[in-house]
Amino acid sequence: MGKVLPLGGNYAVAYAVKACKPEVITAYPISPQTTIVERLSEFVANGELDAEFLHVESEHSALSVAIGAAAAGARSYSATCSQGLALMNELLYIMAYVRLPMALTIVARALSAPINIWNDHSDFMSVNDSGWIMMMSSSNQEAYDEILLAYRIAEDPRVLLPVITAMDGYIQSHVVEPVEIVDDEEALSFAPKRRSWVTLNPDKPVTMGPVGDPNWYFEFKRQLWEAMKGSRAVFDEAVAEFAKKFGRSYSAIETYRLDDAEVAIVGMGSFMGTIKAYVDRARKDGIKVGALRVKLFRPFPAEDVAKALSNVKLVGVMDRALVPGSPTGGFLHSDVACSIKQAGLDVRTLGYIAGLGGRLLTMDNVRQMVDVLLKYKDSKEVPKEPIFIGVRE
Amino acid sequence: MSRFEIRWHGRGGQGIVTAADLTATAAIKSGFYAQSIPTFGTERRGSPVIAYNRIDRQQIFERSPVVEPDAVVVADPHLLVNPKPLGAGLKSGGYLIVNTAKSAGEVREIFKRSDIKIAVVNATKLSMDILKAPIVNTAMVGALIAATHILTLESVAEAVKDRFPSRLVEPNVQLIKQAYEFVKVE
Repeated sequence: MGKVLPLGGNYAVAYAVKACKPEVITAYPISPQTTIVERLSEFVANGELDAEFLHVESEHSALSVAIGAAAAGARSYSATCSQGLALMNELLYIMAYVRLPMALTIVARALSAPINIWNDHSDFMSVNDSGWIMMMSSSNQEAYDEILLAYRIAEDPRVLLPVITAMDGYIQSHVVEPVEIVDDEEALSFAPKRRSWVTLNPDKPVTMGPVGDPNWYFEFKRQLWEAMKGSRAVFDEAVAEFAKKFGRSYSAIETYRLDDAEVAIVGMGSFMGTIKAYVDRARKDGIKVGALRVKLFRPFPAEDVAKALSNVKLVGVMDRALVPGSPTGGFLHSDVACSIKQAGLDVRTLGYIAGLGGRLLTMDNVRQMVDVLLKYKDSKEVPKEPIFIGVRE
Repeated sequence: MSRFEIRWHGRGGQGIVTAADLTATAAIKSGFYAQSIPTFGTERRGSPVIAYNRIDRQQIFERSPVVEPDAVVVADPHLLVNPKPLGAGLKSGGYLIVNTAKSAGEVREIFKRSDIKIAVVNATKLSMDILKAPIVNTAMVGALIAATHILTLESVAEAVKDRFPSRLVEPNVQLIKQAYEFVKVE
């Protein structure tokens, strides 16, 4: 097996990218992502990684160049967050619908205004309809492993979609933890360069990204729906193979002490670690609480989520991004509630909006969330509006 | 060892984030699971800075800041003018490790706590002698491990080698050893 290094999340991702040997890296710095591309530039400069490292003039260009590189057949990589991701926005859809694979890391951060460099999931959630496969880790090890998964899934000829791997800004990116890194050969044998997609080639000319008039546009959308749906089986295969090869197992959702739980908290990202620790504590006091972490957000694992929550009385879904004016206030809550409804289950949900713009989340906040669930678990009516955790009213 | 949690207090420019990073690196190299957790603000030289460590035999799930530390390290003597945030949550039987020219008894007077162990070291003087600069982070790591015995000198020296440019390794290892030797615990 590989060796264990003390790494912040950003450096962990940089090591994983290096091991996957992309040919083209496009970089525009933005906190808290910067040290990913900074470390990659060092790997290129000192000869550890043979890649074109392009310092572009904006995130818009970062993804434009990555699209060009992928169209030419290169394994491509970039990383961004927040305003940088917002500036990439129009290219995200283009990359997905031209069906070009790549890995893009979002080091999740709040969106302006007000200007805020700290962590929440606003940027990640803002691109949830862009046609990218999207996953979010909860530890630096998982952030590392997701890069290997991303290239394997993206370049699978049954998928051919770009993949976003996300982690929490600062809370993962700048927190040092033990991370086991694998040999480059091992990483490449897990995520081999498949060159499985149609590329620009003067000998076999193709047109990419042309006008899709009303006679054709719709079919592209329809095809991507199928590709996204089909990517789930490829994800499952990839994590099974990953577990066999590297001994760490992942799945689309992570459940924690749900079997006999009366109430459960659902969420994403690294704060689910604190929630798991609280669950352990509450269980000692006889409170039947469990937790569910959504790792794979697109395609959304609706059936898995519904099945895992089928015996729970009341579910609290924590969103770390606000959707003003939506029925639930959060994308995750909406998707979880819809999954339960589609499965025909009689499980109620309520929502929390928590930790926006880096507002500190603590064990005490988890206690508040669980207390709300205990209060409403046997009542007919539950709050429809999201409960804002830790905000001054 | 069960879970051991540390809170670092210093000021921007003193290398507090690096001190927490070195501690986690040494712990991980010694086979522990460990985290170093910096806090980020709008970084300004001289403003108060806090960082945290968690060290355990088991994987650590928690992501939030340490609330009830087993040890508090105060890297800047001037912070003692406002002792309340320094002592907040420090466990009974825990360690308070302070960079100061004061005696441990004088520091105890400030905190008015008889249930904690107090360690003092004049890290500013030691680092001025050895580094010719008041960068006290490595000295405070030395004082921390001398007072608490959570990690060995060797593992911390290894972490310095891992993290620092080569020209800074030798003087910082020397500084750690000096602080380790001169710290007074009461």
